[in-house]
Amino acid sequence: MGTGSRKENASKKSSSVARENAAPDNVPSVVVAKENNALQIYALDDKAARCGLEAGLPLANARAICPELMVFDADEVADAKILDDIADWCDRFTPLVALDPPHGLFLDITGCAHLFGGEAALLRMICGALTRHGFFVSAAIASTSVCARTLTRGSPGRIVKDGEEAEAVNPLPVSTLGADAAITTGLRRAGLKTIGDVAARAPYEITARFGGDFTTRLAHALGEGDAPISPRKPLPDYIVEKRFAEPVTTENVISITLSQLAHMLVAAMGKQGKGARRLEAGFFRTDGAVRAIVVDTGQPATKAQVIDRLFRERLEALNDPLDPGFGFDLIRLSASRTEIVVQQQRDLDANVHDNDKLADLIDRIAARIGGRRVIVHLPQDTHIPERAVWAAPAQHHLTASAQAAWPARAESEPPLRPLRLFEKPEPIKVPFATVPDGPPHHFTWRRAVHAVVRAEGPERIAMEWWKQDGEVLTRDYFRIEDEAGLRFWIYRDGLYGSELVTEEGKPAPANWFVHGLFA
Amino acid sequence: MMSARMSTLASLRGDIERLEAHGDGYAPNKVALGHAGADATLRGGLAAATVHEVFSAGHQSAAATGFIAGLAGRLAPRRPLVWVRQDFSEIELGALSMSGWAELGLDPRCVVSVRAADVDTALRTAADALACDAVGAVVLELWGEVRQLDLTASRKLTLAAQASGVTGLLLRVAAQPLPSTAESRWIVRAAHSPPAAPLTLAAPGSAWGAPVFDAELVRNRHGPLGRWIMEWKCDECLFGEPAAYPQPVAAAPAHRPHQTQSVFKRSGYRFA
Repeated sequence: MGTGSRKENASKKSSSVARENAAPDNVPSVVVAKENNALQIYALDDKAARCGLEAGLPLANARAICPELMVFDADEVADAKILDDIADWCDRFTPLVALDPPHGLFLDITGCAHLFGGEAALLRMICGALTRHGFFVSAAIASTSVCARTLTRGSPGRIVKDGEEAEAVNPLPVSTLGADAAITTGLRRAGLKTIGDVAARAPYEITARFGGDFTTRLAHALGEGDAPISPRKPLPDYIVEKRFAEPVTTENVISITLSQLAHMLVAAMGKQGKGARRLEAGFFRTDGAVRAIVVDTGQPATKAQVIDRLFRERLEALNDPLDPGFGFDLIRLSASRTEIVVQQQRDLDANVHDNDKLADLIDRIAARIGGRRVIVHLPQDTHIPERAVWAAPAQHHLTASAQAAWPARAESEPPLRPLRLFEKPEPIKVPFATVPDGPPHHFTWRRAVHAVVRAEGPERIAMEWWKQDGEVLTRDYFRIEDEAGLRFWIYRDGLYGSELVTEEGKPAPANWFVHGLFA
Repeated sequence: MMSARMSTLASLRGDIERLEAHGDGYAPNKVALGHAGADATLRGGLAAATVHEVFSAGHQSAAATGFIAGLAGRLAPRRPLVWVRQDFSEIELGALSMSGWAELGLDPRCVVSVRAADVDTALRTAADALACDAVGAVVLELWGEVRQLDLTASRKLTLAAQASGVTGLLLRVAAQPLPSTAESRWIVRAAHSPPAAPLTLAAPGSAWGAPVFDAELVRNRHGPLGRWIMEWKCDECLFGEPAAYPQPVAAAPAHRPHQTQSVFKRSGYRFA
C-alpha cells in the first residue's frame, strides 16, 4: 500500500433513539428534529424510505404521505454519546480516532491494518461488528480523510489505492462531498452533476463562484493534499495490550493480565530510559463498552510492581467497580505521559531512598482517593492570611515543597498566626468594643459567649486592591484570650471613619469575624 | 480427640503469650517531651513506634491540635509527617494552617496532608502511611464519635506502627474515649497564659499567647497517670513548664483509674 496515511470513515446513519425505541415491525418510523421552526425528518428507517419519505421533509408532509408513521424526537446529546462510545470501541483498532460529527468517525489506520489481516479484513471486521450491534454502517478506506468520507456517502465499502482517488470519486454525485446545501444546489444548477464534472473545470472558476474552502475540499477529495484529522486523545507514548480469544471475566485473570502488561510496558520503556507519569488501562468488553482507568504518578514509574500496585489500589477504590459483563476481550495498558528517568545512586544516600518511599506512598494514596486530596503546602508571597499558603497536589509539588523557603518566625514571640484557620471566617456578635478601634469586650461565637481577658492588636491587613475589583475592606486583626484560656484570632472588617460609613456619611456598624484559633 | 483439643488449646495459649510478650517485652524508643514531670511519669518520654490518642472537647480543638503538633515535632523532627483528616473536620474545626505551624517552630515542609472523604478512607490511609517507614509520624484527625474505630481498627494501627517504627497520633475531637490499644491517652484543654503577663497591652518581653496546655494523661499502659500544665516552647521546640505558673492543686493519682468516665466533667480546676 502507499505511504500516505490511510483513513477510514465510518458513517452511522441510524439514530440511537430510533434504535432504542424500536417500533413494531412493518410500521415505518422516523426521527424528527426542529429546524427553521418546523419539525423535519432527521433520520428514517428503510420502511419509511420505501414509502417515499426522505430526510429534511417536514413532518406534516410526511404524515400526509404515510399516516401510520411512528415518530420519535431526535436526541442529539444521546447521539453524540453513542458516537463517542463507538469511538471508544474503535480505539481497539487504532489509537488515532477522530470524531466527524454528527455521524462520522475517522480512523487513522496507518500501520495498523496488518494487525487485523489487511485493510479489507479490517473494514469487514468493523462493519460486521457495528452492524451486529444494530447500526447502519458505511465505511471506506482512502489515503485522505475527505476522500474516505466522500466514498462512504457515494460508494461504501470501497478501498482506494494511493493515486486512484480521482478515479474513485469522479463518478460520484456532488452532494457526497458534504459541502453546504447552497453550494450543492449551485453546482447542480450549473449543470455540474458529478465530482468529475466539477474537477474538470479550472480551479479559479470554482473558487470565484464557490469560495476557497470548497476548492480545498475538492482537492483533498481528489487526493491532492490532505487535511489532518484531530484525534480525540493524544497518542500514548507506549501501548501494550493483550487480546483474548475467549473473553475473561474473573478478577484473578484480569489482575494477572495487568501485571503481565505492566512488565511488558516497563520493559519497553526501560529500553529508552523512560518512566511513566500517567498510565491508562483500557478494558474492552465484548459487548462494545469500554472502560478506561487512569493513574497518575508523582515521579516516573519504572517498576512493574509499582504500576501493578497502583492499579490494584485504584481498582479497589472505584465507586462503580469494573463490570466485566460478558467478559473483556482486550485489555490494554498505555503510558500516555512519560519522562526520562534520572538514575540516582541509591545506596549511599538514605535520604533519596526515603524520598522515593514517600513518593510511592503518596502515589498509592492518590491512586485510591484522588490526586487533589493529597497535598503539600507552599508559601505564597502575600499578606492575606487565607492566601498565604497554597495547598498544592503532593504528586507534582513534592520536590518544590521540600525546598520551599518559609518566612522565618520571630524569636521569643508567641505565635502570631493561628494553627487552625477557617476557610470562611465565621461571623461573631460583638456588642461593643472598649475603644472605637480596640478589641471587643466580649463576643458570641457559635452560641457561646467569650469574655475577652487579654487582647493584642490591631494588626492591620489591607487587601490587595491591585488584584481585586470592587472595594474590599481593610481588616484589623486581634489576638484574643478568653476567660477559659481559649485563644482566638478575630478581625473587624473595615476601618472606622473612612471605610465604615453609610452613604449619608454616618458611621456604619462593623462586622466582626473569627478567622482562626491559636493553640 | 481430647488430646487434639488440648494441643489446639495449648497452641492458642502460646500464641496469646507471644502476642502479650510482644506487647510488654519490647523496649520502646522513648522521646523526651521536655516537661520534667511528664517525662518522669512516662519513664523517659513518649514511646515511639506505637499509637497515642489525644482527646478534646469540640471547642478545645485548637489546643489539642497544638499539643499533637508538639508531640509530632518531638517524635519526628525533620521527618515527613502525614496528617490525615476528614473533609468535614476542616469545616468544623478550621483547616490546619501552615503559617501557624511555622509559628510553632515546626517545619511546614515536612507536612503532607491527606483529605479523606470518609472515616473508612481516613483509617485505611492512616494504616497505609503507618506502614511506610519513610514517614516520621502519622496524625489521624477524626471528629465526633467514630463507630469504625473499634478495638480491631485500633489494633491494626498499633501493629502497623510497631512493624514500621512510625508513631501514630490520633486526634479525637468531640469524642468519648473507647477501649483501644493506644499506648497513652491524653485529654487536652487550653490553659490560661501565665498570670504574670499583663492583661491588656503586652509590654515587650512579657508577651502572652504562647501555647499553654492543660494536658491530662488518663491512660498509660506502662506507668502512672498525671496532669500537667505544659507550655510549648516555640524557640526550642520542646514542652516545658510555663514560668510563674501554679500547677494544678489536686494531686495526680498515681494509680490507674478504673475508666475514663469522668473525663469531660466541666469542673476543671481552680488556681490557687
